[in-house]
Amino acid sequence: MNLTQLSIFLENKPGRLQNALKVLADNNINILTLTIAEVSDFGVARLIVNDPEKAVKELRSSNFICSKTDVLAIELEDVPGSLLKALETFSKNSLNIEYMYAFTEKRGDRAVMIFKFEDIEQAKKALLKEGYNVVKRIDLAGE
Amino acid sequence: MFNKEYESMHPSKIKAIQTERLKWTLKHAYNNVPHYKKAFDKAGFNPDRFSSLDDLKYVPFLMKQDMRDNYPFGLFAVPMEKVVRVHSSSGTTGNATVVGYTKSDIEVWAEVVARVLVAAGGTEKDIIQVAYGYGLFTGGLGLHYGAEKLGATVVPISGGNTERQLMLIKDFGTTILACTPSYAVNMADYAEKNKPDYDFKSTRLKAGIFGAEPSTENMRKMIETKIGIDAYDIYGLSEVIGPGVSCECSEKNGLHIFEDHFYVEVIDPETGEVLPEGEQGEIVYTSLTKEACPVIRYRSRDITRIYRDSCKCGRTLVKMEKVTGRSDDMLIIRGVNVFPMQIESILMGIEGTEPHYQIIVDRKGALDDVEIMVEVNEKVFSDKLGVLTALEDRIKDRIRSALGISVRVKLVEPSTIQRSDGKAKRVIDKRTLT
Ligand SMILES: [Zn+2]
Repeated sequence: MNLTQLSIFLENKPGRLQNALKVLADNNINILTLTIAEVSDFGVARLIVNDPEKAVKELRSSNFICSKTDVLAIELEDVPGSLLKALETFSKNSLNIEYMYAFTEKRGDRAVMIFKFEDIEQAKKALLKEGYNVVKRIDLAGE
Repeated sequence: MFNKEYESMHPSKIKAIQTERLKWTLKHAYNNVPHYKKAFDKAGFNPDRFSSLDDLKYVPFLMKQDMRDNYPFGLFAVPMEKVVRVHSSSGTTGNATVVGYTKSDIEVWAEVVARVLVAAGGTEKDIIQVAYGYGLFTGGLGLHYGAEKLGATVVPISGGNTERQLMLIKDFGTTILACTPSYAVNMADYAEKNKPDYDFKSTRLKAGIFGAEPSTENMRKMIETKIGIDAYDIYGLSEVIGPGVSCECSEKNGLHIFEDHFYVEVIDPETGEVLPEGEQGEIVYTSLTKEACPVIRYRSRDITRIYRDSCKCGRTLVKMEKVTGRSDDMLIIRGVNVFPMQIESILMGIEGTEPHYQIIVDRKGALDDVEIMVEVNEKVFSDKLGVLTALEDRIKDRIRSALGISVRVKLVEPSTIQRSDGKAKRVIDKRTLT
């Protein structure tokens, strides 16, 4: 149920993100969600795509520096306070979050958030016990 | 040793030979090259009165600019029909330096390169892949003739086409690779990235002869681990002969200079004064046997020191330290002398940082501003921004503590710094452009 996130190193200069996206488009790779974390000179684009293996291979051959990371996609109720509640659950279980971002599409009346935990296995165990629905890759890819 | 007689000669005997050869060189240059005649006369130096090596300090220096001013053939000391080959440094007209070789010069050059190959463990049984550029650059043909002189098998592949280089190393059973150290690193990187099943260790490659650009101990270690070979330094300048002026032996500490063909002095680059053996300064070369293009007290701009030790390899030849910097390359940053190689060494020392970098010096207001662009690679890349900014900070801190200057560090993508298969451009000094 781990989701594979694709991370790409990008310099902050015009056209770099477009170039990376072009590589993906040229290779028929679908982007399900994308977020960018940046400092002044560079950033890291984090993407969920339908074929991360192929994406990494093609990006590398176009001289991009990229990697794959395991993350969890968790369903949250789309009501005020649900994220806060989730965060409280994580801290109660001593789960450290390295970063998180929202998934663009909703699943019915529920929102999906992507979390990068320091210890993904421990996080999975705790979340299932707490009754959270961890979304599987196949659901997200819409297959 | 390829030439045991000369390579293990007693220093006093070498000195006697040098004195005789210098007498000839000085007269040869004075009588046949207008530049030398003019310069000697102006300095009041009479080559007929030269009697000991010590007298050389009265002879004027030959500067790189003198070579440029005499472009193309003004410093040739023999008629063109005696010149069998020319080489030239890159550079546009007015910047290029041209050197010529007689048959005998080519023979001497092949001999010293053969000595280099033997010092690196080469024999006539070796297959030597010459991945230096062939052409006006002295690297390719220099190594080529030396390898043939030794009787080894030469694979004259020249620089570039990494895919093919790797294939031939495997298919031909190459045992010795000759190229620039940065190209060796490129080759290893390329294989790592694009050919995961390519295993250098299962090839017959045993040694590498790396030169034409400065490198560091760290870089040697990295090449040795990645490719699984012994890496040896070869040193030379086209103005003096090309690669083969000096080289490392099995001890890999210091380069033996082939003193029977090249006389060296180390001077204070500011005053021009000759420094005693063991002191660091600019190394100055005088050719002893060259016919077409004798060089007399050529200011190399390379900073090193020379010394004699009782080397375990048995060679008695004087040694020079790995060149740590060029006085031309030396950057003065807020009053501090900085050599690009020092920065390279620091980058290499930080785990995972490959030596792909560029130093950009500019002036912001009255202050020098230094930015170091460092390429990110798969090993240091992280999906966490904090890890990357921490890497920048670590580089900054090390440079500040080692060199005493503060710099900005910028992580960049691999495509940002221009890469060539030959020499890499390490410094862009914008202060001189305005
Ligand atoms: Zn030795």
